Amino acid sequence: MLPVTTILFYIFSAILLGSATLVVTARNPVYATLYLVLAFFNAAALFILLGAEFLGLVLILVYVGAVMVLFLFVVMMLDINLARLKEGFLGYLPLGLAIAILGVLELVVVFWTSPLGHIPAPAAIPANADNTRALGVLLYTQYLYPFEIAAVILLVAIIAAIALTLRRRSGTKTQNIGAQMAVRAKDRVHLVDLREPKS
Amino acid sequence: MHDLQNTAWWAILWSLIKIIIVVVPLLLGVAYLTLAERKVIGYIQVRLGPNRVGFRGSLQPIADAIKLMFKEVIVPTNANRFLFLAAPVLAFVPALLVWAAIPFGPDVAISNMNGGLLYVLAIAGLGVYGIIVAGWASNSKYAFLGAMRAAAQLVAYEIAMGFALVGVLMLAQTLNLTKIVEAQAGGGFWSWYWLPLFPFFLVYFISGIAETNRAPFDVAEGESEIVAGFHVEYSGMAFALFFLAEYANMIFVSLLTTVLFLGGWYAPINTPLLTWIPGIVWLLLKTAFLLYVFLWIRATFPRYRYDQIMRLGWKVFIPVTIAWIVVIGVALETPLRAILR
Repeated sequence: MLPVTTILFYIFSAILLGSATLVVTARNPVYATLYLVLAFFNAAALFILLGAEFLGLVLILVYVGAVMVLFLFVVMMLDINLARLKEGFLGYLPLGLAIAILGVLELVVVFWTSPLGHIPAPAAIPANADNTRALGVLLYTQYLYPFEIAAVILLVAIIAAIALTLRRRSGTKTQNIGAQMAVRAKDRVHLVDLREPKS
Repeated sequence: MHDLQNTAWWAILWSLIKIIIVVVPLLLGVAYLTLAERKVIGYIQVRLGPNRVGFRGSLQPIADAIKLMFKEVIVPTNANRFLFLAAPVLAFVPALLVWAAIPFGPDVAISNMNGGLLYVLAIAGLGVYGIIVAGWASNSKYAFLGAMRAAAQLVAYEIAMGFALVGVLMLAQTLNLTKIVEAQAGGGFWSWYWLPLFPFFLVYFISGIAETNRAPFDVAEGESEIVAGFHVEYSGMAFALFFLAEYANMIFVSLLTTVLFLGGWYAPINTPLLTWIPGIVWLLLKTAFLLYVFLWIRATFPRYRYDQIMRLGWKVFIPVTIAWIVVIGVALETPLRAILR
């Protein structure tokens, strides 16, 4: 009788691998995106099985909740012509295969030579451990500089993305909210007495 | 080993019982919220609302449910059949899943998890997949426009909502929802987080209205512009699932606002007379009040224009929340800390 967590691990991993394969093979890009969502979900489930609930929940929050919504948004808007995408498939096949084999070989080498291949089982988690706090303390003490540098890089990316949208178009009509809020009734409505003046 | 398995089965059975104890009243609450909505808006507009089925319309939700169950589910030609039928489920399941972390009392929750706040934020954001997939799979222009609007709106308001929750996190120093409520104990009404976090309280509740696609932010439906938005093509039970999800989410947002900002199950004034009333009554009373505010807002305000929704989310709420996070951060490093904690 296997422990429940082991059974769950195999179920989640199987769904993860299956949906990851389907992301690549699905013909419809919207299906591919939804399979990717499923893959993220199962990865999050694996994190939670390991006791890393913060990582699991943040994976769902950031990737499933925000990034994939935008992906889906874009993929739905695109008119993807599969026939044109498949043009020249055979021509690119040797190059693609070579890169794939190289990638697999690299992974094999890494797993054989480094301790990554045989990670010891995680130490028993103390009851009521708060790994959010533990992660926070670690990030703001031991890894403060790498963490801040990552933040600055993200800030640069945000500013660059915003800078790309800054172009002035002439002839567009936009609201001036400040001016609208400052309007008073007497600026807009002028009552005129239309009765005949009494003579 | 035999004992262990027995306890494991018992744990599963006990979870199931707890889930039923939460979900059945929730669905009844959803049914009667629809009646309350029609009655409240009716009275606000000097009408009577439904008053034919049962005593003063009290059986109207049951009649509606039976009607929806016996209606045919029509799948439009050229719709993507699988996703078309999966979309209502995708909208409904997260609306039920969030309830796993909600505390109803000091020790009453389906799961008293450490990352409760993160969990509800993560799962509540998933409901939008139902809307987007419905819009795409319907193969209809109106449905598609509704889906696009829902996606953009979700991304805009989720950020403000997340920042508002950061404030709660800074004061309570925990992600555990039960402990967040317990951190608000003490001085009754004045020690709840709505006071030090007043901007977050407003931003969170308004973002909640936007996230549940309720008026005045219901542009994903927008009857007057895009017929009924993402659920134009749905009928019968498939439509009912969207409806159930929307109302369950309304109750959830009201309850979470109560838990985070209005002191959860604590009485507003610390006198023996009021603290004698069980906590669950206070929790439900506060939730009912916020639900009333939902309906009140719907009856009062006209629908926002789409670009104004985006402006409110990005240019008003996000700067306000960032500024207040700094204020709270500075306050926690000064003697004010003693008052805030």
